[in-house]
Amino acid sequence: MRPACVNKVFDLAKRDPRVVYIGSDLSPDLTARMKQEMPDRAFMEGVSEAHVVGMAAGLAMEGFIPFVHTIATFITRRCYEQVAVDLCLHNLPVRLIGNGGGLVYAPLGPTHLAIEDVAIMRALPNMTVVSVCDADEMVRFMDQTLDWPGPIYIRLAKGFDPIVSRKELGFEIGKAIPMRVAAGGVNRALLVATGVATTRALAAAELLAARGLECTVLHMHTVKPLDTAAILHYSHDVRVVVTIEEHTLVGGLGSAVTEALVDGCALRLPLIRRLGIPDVFAVKYGNQDQLMAMYGLQPPQIAESVWEALKLTSA
Amino acid sequence: MAIDPTRAVQRYQTPPLDQRSIYLRRLVVRALEGGGRGHVGSSLSLIEIMRVLYDDILRFRPADPAWAQRDRCILSKGHGCLAQYVMLADKGFFPIDVLDGFCRYDSILGGHPEAAKIPGVEASTGALGHGLPIGVGRALGLRMQRQDARVFVVTGDGEINEGSVWEAALSASKHHLSNLVVMIDYNKIQSAGATAEILDLEPLVDKWRSFGFATAEVDGHDVEALRGLLCRVPLDSDRPTAIVCHTIKGKGIAFTEDDADWHHKSSLKAEVIADMYAALGVE
Repeated sequence: MRPACVNKVFDLAKRDPRVVYIGSDLSPDLTARMKQEMPDRAFMEGVSEAHVVGMAAGLAMEGFIPFVHTIATFITRRCYEQVAVDLCLHNLPVRLIGNGGGLVYAPLGPTHLAIEDVAIMRALPNMTVVSVCDADEMVRFMDQTLDWPGPIYIRLAKGFDPIVSRKELGFEIGKAIPMRVAAGGVNRALLVATGVATTRALAAAELLAARGLECTVLHMHTVKPLDTAAILHYSHDVRVVVTIEEHTLVGGLGSAVTEALVDGCALRLPLIRRLGIPDVFAVKYGNQDQLMAMYGLQPPQIAESVWEALKLTSA
Repeated sequence: MAIDPTRAVQRYQTPPLDQRSIYLRRLVVRALEGGGRGHVGSSLSLIEIMRVLYDDILRFRPADPAWAQRDRCILSKGHGCLAQYVMLADKGFFPIDVLDGFCRYDSILGGHPEAAKIPGVEASTGALGHGLPIGVGRALGLRMQRQDARVFVVTGDGEINEGSVWEAALSASKHHLSNLVVMIDYNKIQSAGATAEILDLEPLVDKWRSFGFATAEVDGHDVEALRGLLCRVPLDSDRPTAIVCHTIKGKGIAFTEDDADWHHKSSLKAEVIADMYAALGVE
């Protein structure tokens, strides 16, 4: 996903003279390649995120579309005020590429785990938050970034994630994708996921189908602006809505979906179960999959959570 | 509490304020009266800097604030906005009487400047340490487009406590941004007291020089000196310029000068406004 994203920046820069790339002591390969073909539009800045975001804002004020790339924690937490004021208040078309969203940097510990990035980016007016599920979808998404107004936070996953997205389902920023629609019978559970959690949700849906439970899986690649219409449409006849995210339960996808359901369901709410990271810093290292398992985010665990939630509704 | 800026690097024999400087200060007081509040000292130290920029240095078209060839003037110390507002009004970016609505509900003029609302304001500032990074990006962008417009960033002295300023200074130097000029309103008093006591900036000119800037220092209230210096920028054809402007907080109204208490006032009573007008020769 990361190579797909940064390579796509290069492609976009070839197509559109407004595109510039700014690395913050990251991705020297891309910077070097771009510098060969378009030396004016590839910058390698220092470990200075506050400055880099402001500089990107200044370039955008002069008509450019800067793609800023560094590790997700640093491009969100470290320079939050610059993101809020320089990018969001001015509503500038700067794209923040956050490397290693979620638990990707598990072995490096909590300083590098971007577990609240979606929440804090989502809280800012004018910000768009996108977390695609695989490299193919990244390419489809990046093509749409040129003309999208305002700033975008792009959450990257680990890379080499299995391809589960399908070209025929299309891609539009802000439009959720029904990756699996419950076939026949009563649609009892809706799974809403974002990023690579969608891959786990799809696998969980397979496990549940094997147990006779058909689920719909809605891939919410854009957490903001949230596709409320899709959530309300696919949840209108279900008994359980389960959200799955590689992110803290404070303020992320689960919160956004719950808000949409509370605000949008006039009479009766389905049971809502939010699966994600509890309100703690990680206490283990290892790898992303191990931490996902620790937080109950692997397919068998997701399937079990859905199953248990459904049992509650029929009790 | 009046603070004696004993660590002032350099004291100048500032000529008396002329009628235009006094007029501009009256406009500041007019806005303060309208809003009943404002950053008094922070604005008054800036008047001559902003006056010379807008009267003699900057290229702009008030009727076409987005004119591509304009020089970009970013007031990074956004709390000093009254000094910019009076210049923008004086130049016709908006009518003078808009100043009367300062900080009011429906006004375009808030306590910190917003680019989306005010013609002539290049960046929304107020959170400190943002103007120079933005200025670096704009200077780069202008150079990439082969435009000869210049970028002027006006900072405060308390403001440059912020690390982002020095991150941007390193970058400006690395990129050889000779089209970028930083002006530091060095009145030596920040919100809570003397800069020398809160976070000493000295040796300030040496700092900018060591960060790769061509530097100068000037009496920030001496119009002729400012004009003479700014007519020569960039001071180096391969480096950004930093000008340390020695100023006096609250300059021009005797009872507000050199006094951290006058950094900001939130409930200016009519009699205080009257005293300010009187100090500026208004009966």
